[in-house]
Amino acid sequence: MSELASALPGAEYEGIVRVTEAGLRGMVTLKADLPDAANGVKAVTGQAVPEPRRINAGDVSVAWMAPDELLILCDHARADQVVRDLAEQLGTAHHLAVNVSDARAMFTLTGDTVKDVLGKLTPADLAALPLGEMRRTRLAQVAAAIWFSDAQTAHVICFRSVARYVFDLLALAARPGGDVGYH
Amino acid sequence: MSTRLPDHGRLIDRSRQVKFTFNGKWMRGHPGDTLASALLANGQTLVGRSFKYHRPRGIVASGGEEPNALVNLGRGARHEPNQRATTTELYERLEATSQNHWPTLEFDVGAVNAMVARFLPAGFYYKTFIHPRAFWKHVFEPIIRKSAGLGAAPDPETMDADRYEHFYAHVDLVVAGGGVAGLLAALEAGRAGKRVLLVEQNAHWGGRAPVDGDLIDGAPAEIWVKNAVEELEKMENVTFRTRTMLAGVYDHGYVTAYERVADHTPGEDAPRHRLWRIRTAQVISATGAIERPLSFPGNDKPGVMLASAVRDYIVNYGVAPGDTVVIVTNNDDGYRTALAAHRAGLKVACVVDPRAEADGDLPHEVRSLGIRVMAGSAISKVKGLKKVVSVRVQAHRGYDGGHEEIPCDAVAMSGGWSPVVHLWSHCGGKLTWDEDQACFRPDHDRPPTDQNGAGFVTCVGAADGALNGDVTMAATATAMAGLLGSDVSAPRVDVAREAPLAPIWVMPEAAGAKKRAKMWLDFQNDVKVSDVTLAAQEGYESVEHTKRYTTLGMATDQGKLSNINGLAVLAEALDKGIPQVGTTTFRPPYTPISMGAIAGEARGEVFQPLRRTPIHDWHEEQGAYMEPVGGWRRPYCFPRDGESHEDAVNREIDATRRSLGLLDASTLGKILVKGPDAGRFMDMLYTNMMSNLKPGKCRYGLMCSENGFLMDDGVVVRLDEDTFLAHTTSGGADHVHTHMEDWLQCEWWDWKVHTVNVTEQWAQIAVVGPNARKVLEKLGPDFDLSAEALPFMAMAEGKIGGFDTRVFRISFSGELSYEIAVPASQGRAFWDALHEAGAEWNATAYGTEALHVMRAEKGFIMIGDETDGTIIPQDLGLNWAISKKKDDFLGKRGQERVHMTDPDRWKLVGLETLDGSVLPDGSYCIASGKNANGQANVQGRVTSTYYSPTLSRGIAMGLVQNGPDRMGEVVAFNKVDGSTVEAKIVSPVFYDPDGEKQNV
Repeated sequence: MSELASALPGAEYEGIVRVTEAGLRGMVTLKADLPDAANGVKAVTGQAVPEPRRINAGDVSVAWMAPDELLILCDHARADQVVRDLAEQLGTAHHLAVNVSDARAMFTLTGDTVKDVLGKLTPADLAALPLGEMRRTRLAQVAAAIWFSDAQTAHVICFRSVARYVFDLLALAARPGGDVGYH
Repeated sequence: MSTRLPDHGRLIDRSRQVKFTFNGKWMRGHPGDTLASALLANGQTLVGRSFKYHRPRGIVASGGEEPNALVNLGRGARHEPNQRATTTELYERLEATSQNHWPTLEFDVGAVNAMVARFLPAGFYYKTFIHPRAFWKHVFEPIIRKSAGLGAAPDPETMDADRYEHFYAHVDLVVAGGGVAGLLAALEAGRAGKRVLLVEQNAHWGGRAPVDGDLIDGAPAEIWVKNAVEELEKMENVTFRTRTMLAGVYDHGYVTAYERVADHTPGEDAPRHRLWRIRTAQVISATGAIERPLSFPGNDKPGVMLASAVRDYIVNYGVAPGDTVVIVTNNDDGYRTALAAHRAGLKVACVVDPRAEADGDLPHEVRSLGIRVMAGSAISKVKGLKKVVSVRVQAHRGYDGGHEEIPCDAVAMSGGWSPVVHLWSHCGGKLTWDEDQACFRPDHDRPPTDQNGAGFVTCVGAADGALNGDVTMAATATAMAGLLGSDVSAPRVDVAREAPLAPIWVMPEAAGAKKRAKMWLDFQNDVKVSDVTLAAQEGYESVEHTKRYTTLGMATDQGKLSNINGLAVLAEALDKGIPQVGTTTFRPPYTPISMGAIAGEARGEVFQPLRRTPIHDWHEEQGAYMEPVGGWRRPYCFPRDGESHEDAVNREIDATRRSLGLLDASTLGKILVKGPDAGRFMDMLYTNMMSNLKPGKCRYGLMCSENGFLMDDGVVVRLDEDTFLAHTTSGGADHVHTHMEDWLQCEWWDWKVHTVNVTEQWAQIAVVGPNARKVLEKLGPDFDLSAEALPFMAMAEGKIGGFDTRVFRISFSGELSYEIAVPASQGRAFWDALHEAGAEWNATAYGTEALHVMRAEKGFIMIGDETDGTIIPQDLGLNWAISKKKDDFLGKRGQERVHMTDPDRWKLVGLETLDGSVLPDGSYCIASGKNANGQANVQGRVTSTYYSPTLSRGIAMGLVQNGPDRMGEVVAFNKVDGSTVEAKIVSPVFYDPDGEKQNV
């Protein structure tokens, strides 16, 4: 087996914040009746089903995406196993679990002005976005999900096909001279 | 002439100089100057020409309301026309040229228009250029285009060198305007803990108060402003920006602000403009007021300026607009200019005041300095061509022939003040007429309302009609207290007592038609008092109609100076009150903003998102010719050295049909449908039966809209009892997924079905041709790929050469074909492995055009070619894919409607030209006779047409009336050159009709 390739391997940009492609990340979409699936999710991921918009982070993280949808983040190599484990745990309960790791690209932004940089691209109210909350929104013209793991670190998930566009956007927004000084 | 004063100039730094050019001539200014103040300091009073008559024009104002001083700024990639000199901050090596003149500013041929001005009255375009008809295109339009227009359009070959961006902010309160009222409002909101954004369009805080000498809490206003800004700086919940104009107020508290980040530092590596896109609960409009000109004959000559602007130039920039100033004012505030000019050492020849008496504090002070005040008088003439030489003063009322000529080189005029109510009005706030101050002001009972029906814009200060400093501060404090529910105490402001103004719109009162034709209302568009009067005479009663007929207020300044004067003249002409005539509509943006700011980041590489497959880079490395497909770019063909696209396509088809072709099919939509009700759901979505598909098998399906029209097609795979994988067209994936969710969420919400769009999870590669199986076997599958184990329309999962694959034996080319999906992260490596292993069979990448030709050779339809939103499956001979057993499916009812079952519908056939040529795309099949419009009747059209390298001839598919019943008939198709070409109606399947090639 040859090496697996993320969308933009090694892409990075150093401006007023640092933008890096985060490499391959395991991602599993689970669509189910969430209260019914809670025990199964806990057994597989070690995480409780998050409250709306929250992300429960750990080795395996679980993010709330919609009233009937979770996104499970794990090591890339583990995603298929997570799908199998969910199938086993949830049994005949109506659900859909699928590996979507390769349908996505992830970026990490680090720096003091991450909110100002993202604020050029997303209409979401970043000041009101607490740590540990995932916001499904848009970055300029494409869908994205963003969350902050600390005040200087933002994570961005987008579709793999638009990884170049999103990286270019983030790099442009992070260009020196573009400080906004708002957040 | 205008000059730099030895003192004054609170905003300039005299210790340094800034060099710039105007019309190629080097001039000098100081940091802090605007281009306008620097031009005046250099004695340049003539700065442009007017739009219609090419009249000489000078600087009138000192801010964003300036109608005249528009210049071309910069050059090459940074050239921008129509920039207001009054708001352009001076920078080193600034290059400005004047506009709207030919050949030169000083000598303009077009100025002859002025001499024939009486032939160019309001509406002259409409009246003059009607007949003869042909003259418009060939005579009138070219001449008008040559002489009209403002600045030079940027060179189309250049690209704007700067970058722009948007920024989203969410706040409790936006304060527009950083004068004393705005600062007080921001301070109070900040102290109350609100999230505040305060924006000021100019580079300085404080607005007019420091210029006009207001005393706040016993000290000069400047001190109070400085303290206020210092306090704001300490508040973390307050963001404040200069050079940022609140451009527009929209519904639901959406507000835009235009920040000129780097206009004053061109070439710096920074965004030039930033458009703030703000959500706010409240807007505080502290936008001040704009002084009105007075309408007297010759009021448009260079040297005639607003009285407030004259003060601004003296106090802020240390610039004297002239040596000898005449002030003409209908109010006491204008006297402040006399005082400022006197203090600066200028000669104030007189103050002309049409009021019978001038008794306020300010006129008294002026008189006490020995300055002559001519009450009850008016200016009846301004002498001088490109500059003011003298004015003629006579009685405003009751002219007895007596007049006096007063030499001067600058005239400062004041017709009173109009509150800037734009932000109040953008979203529907209503106005009320203030008789005392002769101005429109916000009607507090009818504010613009938010989503809850509550007012969300509050005007404070002069914008609310509080034109004097003491009232401004007191009213602002009251308004903020009401808004914040807190105690707010207003600073004490000491101002002079002012007598009421006289609402005088035209002087002298009894001026005749000739004089009224020299009184300018709109300086930029050359609209005069006589034009508005004429419009009224011709029946234009609505102010909106008059505006469009005369072009009053339609210039780039949007009538900031002319609006009230114009409608006052209209009201007089109609013998109505001003409130009855009303104003025109105030629309955003407040002053023009750049297109770059509107576009934001969306230009160049990130103009539009471009979707890339995991194999995209390979295509680019090969020099593929790409075409847009949905949001993707797909390779159309892979031309080799010196090869035409046509040759490349033919080569790719040939290689595929003879041996082995590889197609990047990753863009194909892939939607997972799972649940106990998945089969039932699929039966509703597709026209054919899907619920009886066996796990591990594939079936081609058609998807229709409710109306029965064919919407999408693709191969459905049943992965297991509960799970289907629906393949969609490349461009249709998102739409089909939305369509599915729409039905699931809105109509069949109780069905147990989940869907996920997994399009991008997989790279999909079609391995096509007689050697397709060989190359896969060479790579080493861990499962059986033989025809027996994996027959046509079956699928299997397993490893091939270490890759995780899902193999579908489906064919869109008619050849032995495997569509193989691998996780996207393995896509590029798998593609490379196939090329390497396939080299011995001349593995050839093929593009979308080869795909199209090969499917047409097989008679397979293409959504978007054979369908256009009006085609039902029955039109395409796809009845076999429409289940008769099912009670219902989306589109079933639609297809039963009379028009859909009409036997005369055009239906799909193959077309072969008799001469072997390729039919023109979109060509019509000609029928006999003509229709009601004299056009040839038609009986069909071409939907797909190609050169088939396999058959060495042109082939086409088309829709022809009763086509399937007319096999062998020869019909004519039209060509672009007007001739026709004959084609025989044949089966649409040109190649391997029995499917022997794909079924091996």
